[in-house]
Amino acid sequence: MNEEEDQESRPKSGIGEALQLGRSFLDLGWSVVELLSKAAARLLPQKHELLHHPKSGRDEDREMEGAAQMSRRERIGTLLVFGFFSIAMLGGVGFLFAYWSGTSNTQWLGGSLALFLCGTGITLVLWAHWLMTHKQAVEARHTVASTQLAEKAAAKAFCDGVHDVRRRRLLAWMGVSGAGLFGMMVLSLLRGLGISPDKTLYSRIWKSGQRLVTLDGKPLSLESLVPGSMATVFPEDQIGDERAQTVLIRVKENLLQLPAERATWAPSGYVAYSRVCTHAGCPVGEYEAEQSVLLCPCHQSTFDVLRAAAPTGGPAARPLPQLPLYAAADGTLRAGGGFTAPPGPGFWGIS
Amino acid sequence: MITETIARKASLAIDRRLRAAKFVRSALNHVFPDHWSFMLGEIALYSFMVLVVTGTYLALFFHASSEKVIYHGMYAPLDGQKVSVAYRSVLNICFNVPAGLLVRQMHHWAALIFLWAILAHMARIFLTAAYRKPRELNWLIGLTLLVLALVNGFFGYSMLDDLLSGTGLRIGYAILLSIPIAGPWLTFLFMGGTIPNPATLPRMFALHIFLVPALIAGLLGLHLFMIWRQLHTNYPGPKRTNTTIVGSRLWPSYTAKSLGLLLLVFGVIAALGGLFQIDPVWTYGPYDPASIMAGAQPDWYLGWVEGAIRLFPGINLRLGHWLVPELFFPAVLMPSLLFLALYSWPFVEKLFSLDKGDQNVLRMPYDQPVLTAGGVGLFTFLLVLLAAGGDDFLALAVDGSVIRIRTILRILVLVGPPCTAALAYVTCKGLKRRHAARARLRDDSSLSSEASPNVTTEPAVTDNMGQPLVLPLTEPSGLPGGD
Repeated sequence: MNEEEDQESRPKSGIGEALQLGRSFLDLGWSVVELLSKAAARLLPQKHELLHHPKSGRDEDREMEGAAQMSRRERIGTLLVFGFFSIAMLGGVGFLFAYWSGTSNTQWLGGSLALFLCGTGITLVLWAHWLMTHKQAVEARHTVASTQLAEKAAAKAFCDGVHDVRRRRLLAWMGVSGAGLFGMMVLSLLRGLGISPDKTLYSRIWKSGQRLVTLDGKPLSLESLVPGSMATVFPEDQIGDERAQTVLIRVKENLLQLPAERATWAPSGYVAYSRVCTHAGCPVGEYEAEQSVLLCPCHQSTFDVLRAAAPTGGPAARPLPQLPLYAAADGTLRAGGGFTAPPGPGFWGIS
Repeated sequence: MITETIARKASLAIDRRLRAAKFVRSALNHVFPDHWSFMLGEIALYSFMVLVVTGTYLALFFHASSEKVIYHGMYAPLDGQKVSVAYRSVLNICFNVPAGLLVRQMHHWAALIFLWAILAHMARIFLTAAYRKPRELNWLIGLTLLVLALVNGFFGYSMLDDLLSGTGLRIGYAILLSIPIAGPWLTFLFMGGTIPNPATLPRMFALHIFLVPALIAGLLGLHLFMIWRQLHTNYPGPKRTNTTIVGSRLWPSYTAKSLGLLLLVFGVIAALGGLFQIDPVWTYGPYDPASIMAGAQPDWYLGWVEGAIRLFPGINLRLGHWLVPELFFPAVLMPSLLFLALYSWPFVEKLFSLDKGDQNVLRMPYDQPVLTAGGVGLFTFLLVLLAAGGDDFLALAVDGSVIRIRTILRILVLVGPPCTAALAYVTCKGLKRRHAARARLRDDSSLSSEASPNVTTEPAVTDNMGQPLVLPLTEPSGLPGGD
C-alpha cells in the first residue's frame, strides 16, 4: 500500500509522535483494504448474472431480467464509486502526511492533492453515470423579450416619473456641469500618478566631460580595451542606471565608416553607443566581433558598429544613439556631450 | 431520516424569509445541453476559482516592492546577491512557505489553463455561430473577459521582478510608449516614469490582485446570469428547435457531473503544479538593468504578439517631426484591429443575415463555410505568429539561421491563412453536400417504413418547472439554424 511506501521512503524524523502518526495511518490503510475486499466480495457481479442471456422469450422473463440488470448495474457502479473514492482518500491521507511530516515536498504534495481531487471528481462522474437515471429533458423555451404590455408599462413608469420632475432643463444643466467638474477633479488626481515625460524621456543622459566608468566605478582609458572587445560603461553619476547604460567597443580604426561630422568621435577606434535597444528597450548585450555587429537578444535586431550603429537586420528601425568620445590629457575616455538622441525605444515626440 | 427533517426545516425557514421555493424549483429543473463542447466554458470558470484561491494564499506572502536588499535565504546560489524585496518574497514562497511552491506553480498553471479554456470556448462559440441574437451581449462580455485575462496574466508574471519578468516589462513599457500622441504621458502615468521605477510594481500588484479580478468576477457573474436567462443553445438534432431546449436537468445528474468536472480541473491543475516545474524564477536570477536573458519569451497566450513584433519589418514612419515607432504596428495596431473585428462581428454578420429573430439552434461549422474558413484562417495566422514568437528556438531546432526562419515565417503568415481558409471552405462544402445526401436518403427510407415505435418513449416537452405542457408544441414560423 501507499502508506507503507510512505513510511519506508521517508526519513524517520526521530520524534515518537510522528512514528505514532505513521502507524495510525498504516492501520487506517489496512482497514480500508479490508473494507475494500469485503465490498468486492459482496458487490462483484455473480457468475450466473453475467452469463444470463438478455434475450429470452416471454415478457415476465424480460421484466425479471430488467430488475436483475438494474441491480447488477447498481453493484458495478457502487464498486467503481467506492474504488475511486478509496483512491481519493489515500490521496488525502498522503497529502496530510506529506504536509505534516515537515519536508513539504512539492511533488508529494501536488501528486497526493491531485489524487484526492481527481479521485473524488471521477467518483462523482461515475456516480452520475452508473447510479443516477439519466433522463433527457425537452423543455419549451420562451422568447427572451417581455410582452409588449410589460415593455410599455415599464416605459410609462419611467416617463411618468420624468414628467413629475419640474425644471428639467435646469436639472440637466446642473447635472452636466457637476459631472464635468467632477470628471476634471478625478483627472487631476490621475496627474499625480507620474512625472511629466518631458524632461526624463528627452534627456540625452551624458554631460560633456564625464568619465566613462564600469559598473564597479573604474574609469576607462585608451589602454583599457584591445580591438574587438567591448565593455559596459556608465556616466560617473548614474552607475547601474538602466537608460544610462552604454556599450563601449574598440574596433580597428581603419575599418570605421562614421559620417563625416562624427569622424572625431572615435579616439583610437573607441566607439560608444546606447546599450538600450531602440526597438523594445532590451539591453543590446551581444557583440559579434567578426561581423562588428551588436545583437539584441530579445528580437534579434542587429546594429552595425562600424557605421554608427545603423540597424542592419531584425525589427529595429532606428540606429542606437551614439555617444561622442574624446581622450583627455591623462588618457581617460570622456563624453564629448550627450547621446545623439534620447536612448531607448521610440516614441511620438522623439527627434 | 433526521437529516431529512433538518433539511426540510431549514429550507422552510429560508423560504419564509426569502420566498425562494419557486426559484429553487425552476433552478433545479434548469436544462443544460449534454454536448461536451459546452464544458469548455466551465473549465475556464473552474480554473478561475483555482486562480482566486491560490492567488489569495500567495498574496499573503508576496511583497510588491522593488526596494533592494541583500538576499540571505534558503537558496544558496543567490546568497549575498542584491535582489528586490518582491523577488526575495517569491523565493521565500518557493523555498520556505510550506506547500508554497505547489501553490505558486498551481497558480501559474491555472492561468495557462484559464486562457486555453477561454480560447477554446470562444472558438466553439464562433464556429457554431452561438453569438447570434439574443446572445450578442454575452459575446462582448466574453471578449472583454479574454482581454482582462490576457492583461492580468501579463501583470502576474511581470511582478515577480526576476530577470525574465524584467525583460517582459521592458517590452511592455516600449509598447505602451509607442502609442502615437498619448504614448509618453500614458506610460509615465501608468508606470510612474521610465523603468525601472519603484511605483510600477505596487501598481501592477493592486491591479493584478484586486481591480482586474474584481472586474473578471463581476463580468463572469453577468456572463452566467445571461446564459441562465437566455438558456443555452442546442446543436441541431431531433426535437431541437428554436422554441425548445434539450438536455439534462440541473438536479441531480448534471450537478454531479459538473462538480466532478470541477474537481477534475482542480486535480489536473494540482498535478501540473506539483509535478511540472513552471517559471523557476530562482534559476533566472533577479532583475538587473544591465543584464538580459537570451531566449526570453512571454507566456504562450501572448506569444502571438511577440511573434508579430519579431516578424514586422523595421519601418520608420515619420509624420513631420513626429515618429510612429515600428513597435506600434505589430503590438498595438494589429491586436486592436483583431479585437475590433471580433467585437463587431455579430453586428456585421447581422447586416448580411435575413433572419432577424432569436437563434437558439447552433449552426454546424460545415453549414457555414465562409465563417469556418475565416475562423480557420485567423487560427492559422495566430499559430504562425506564435511560432514566430519562438523563432530563435525554431532556428536552433532546425539548425538554420534566424534570418532564414524569419523570412519563411513572413511568407507563411501572409500565404498560410488564405490557403488553410480555402482548404476549410472546400472541406465544409464537401461535408455539407454529404450531409444533405445522407438526409435525403434517411427521408426516403423513413417514408417507406412505418413511424418508428420508440417515438412514444421520447420525453414530453415540459415547461420550465418540469411540468408537461398540456398543449402540443406548435412550431413557430422562424425555423432554426441553416438557411
